[in-house]
Amino acid sequence: MSTTTKPINQKAWFLVLPVLICVAFSAIVPLMTVVNYSVQDIISPERRVFVGTEWFAAVMRDDELHSALYRQLGFSLAVLAVEIPLGIMLALSMPAAGWKASAVLVIVALSLLIPWNVVGTIWQIYGRADIGLLGYTLQKMGIEYSYTGNATDAWLTVLVMDVWHWTPLVALLCYAGLRSIPDAYYQAARIDGASKLAVFRFIQLPKMRGVLMIAVLLRFMDSFMIYTEPFVLTGGGPGNATTFLSQYLTQKAVGQFDLGPAAAFSLIYFLIILLLCFILYNWMQRVGTQEVEVEQ
Amino acid sequence: MNDRGRFQKRSIFLLLYILFALLPIYWMINMSFKTNEEILSSFSFFPQHFTWANYARIFTDESWYSGYINSLIYVGINTVISLTVALPAAYAFSRYSFLGDKHVFFWLLTNRMTPPAVFLLPFFQLYTTVGLMDTHLGVALAHLLFNVPLAVWILEGFMSGIPREIDETAYIDGYSFPRFFLTIFLPLIKAGVGVAAFFCFMFSWVELLLARTLTSVNAKPIVATMTRTVSASGMDWATLAAAGVLTIVPGAIVIWFVRHYIAKGFAMGRV
Repeated sequence: MSTTTKPINQKAWFLVLPVLICVAFSAIVPLMTVVNYSVQDIISPERRVFVGTEWFAAVMRDDELHSALYRQLGFSLAVLAVEIPLGIMLALSMPAAGWKASAVLVIVALSLLIPWNVVGTIWQIYGRADIGLLGYTLQKMGIEYSYTGNATDAWLTVLVMDVWHWTPLVALLCYAGLRSIPDAYYQAARIDGASKLAVFRFIQLPKMRGVLMIAVLLRFMDSFMIYTEPFVLTGGGPGNATTFLSQYLTQKAVGQFDLGPAAAFSLIYFLIILLLCFILYNWMQRVGTQEVEVEQ
Repeated sequence: MNDRGRFQKRSIFLLLYILFALLPIYWMINMSFKTNEEILSSFSFFPQHFTWANYARIFTDESWYSGYINSLIYVGINTVISLTVALPAAYAFSRYSFLGDKHVFFWLLTNRMTPPAVFLLPFFQLYTTVGLMDTHLGVALAHLLFNVPLAVWILEGFMSGIPREIDETAYIDGYSFPRFFLTIFLPLIKAGVGVAAFFCFMFSWVELLLARTLTSVNAKPIVATMTRTVSASGMDWATLAAAGVLTIVPGAIVIWFVRHYIAKGFAMGRV
């Protein structure tokens, strides 16, 4: 949301109200229920004991959770570092109009439309050295590669799979952002004799700021909650090289059926994502407004 | 000359990316025309024993193809509701300040940040209580939780890029708000509407955990049907690949329809 001065109009609430009703319907009751779980020891549906913040304290001290959190942070940062620049480059190189633009748009969007469990399954075969194209090619090139045996290979495979799966989201957002820049801006730049780099830096990048912010936040929070794809591809292994937070949480919630601690874990997890997104959001907004000031 | 060199570099990059994007999908298509034995026994670029059997299984078994129909129904309902409620709200956020606007705007996005594992049980209880279990409407409403915030954020981003002078000029010219919004404003943010519609469709289409929790028979989505291919006797790779190929088709059609919205953008001259 831009920080420029806007007229104050409390009636605007009426335009927002339908959204609030739709979202609050599914948001508030489940969240409150999970908060309720998190302060109880649920032995059976009839026998519940209030335990206060005990689960929260236990979760905070959990060493396995700490290491899963660090792995998660490393993975999410790698995802952003690769997908955001790649997505911008892709958006810049996609044709602007004509049948080529339509064809490229459809091709780029394809990977987004595959259900996540299928994505994991396809890469499971694709990466195998005996029957999969990727594994087979790497082996023919003389590279020792096994996503089930080698921790680095497994981590890289999950990363490449995520890049393949989600870079189109960044690219499509940026592409739509680029397309809504009026021609007048480019004409003015041409008259000024601006270089391509200057056009990118002073016209395209500022105009893409809004969509880029959405892309960064979406990719950050979604990669922070990644579950299905690594679960299907590697099952979190080898060892726990690709056991990210969500998978650790699911092991706790479903595997051991500890509803209380799992609920406390969920809430802490949620607050971590919230905090990091809040920092990221405010930082990006500041960077954006400073740039505007420099230009003026 | 310099321009052409740059153009070629861009094309090469684009072609390389397209190759990277299409190869795993090609492998899935390749698998979908093989038998399970062939998939697991040897490496081949083309199916050696070409078969339509995997597709035939999906098109003749009602429990398979009804999954596609169910998914399409609730995804359609969800996309329409999401865009309808998000458009006015995004306009309000981009044009006015009001009490608590920034907090509400950020709160909306926080609804996408809840790790689903533990939240499934309360969702099940809530939707059972209100009698929406195993209905298309129920899944569509549950998916509003993450699609409405997304649509509001995307649309707000595009609307804020439109100078406010356009609104003011239209009001001075005597346009009413609905007429201004539908005939002048919406065409200006076509690209944003196209992208938002596609993303709402996509996120609802691939969502598995909520859709599976809230349905049993009548509204069972295709993504849940697919998990059947994992059984005690092993993995049915070939059927899963064929089902995967078929899940791409509806979304590809959607993006084909919205492509002009996304690709053309707007020209200031028309206003």
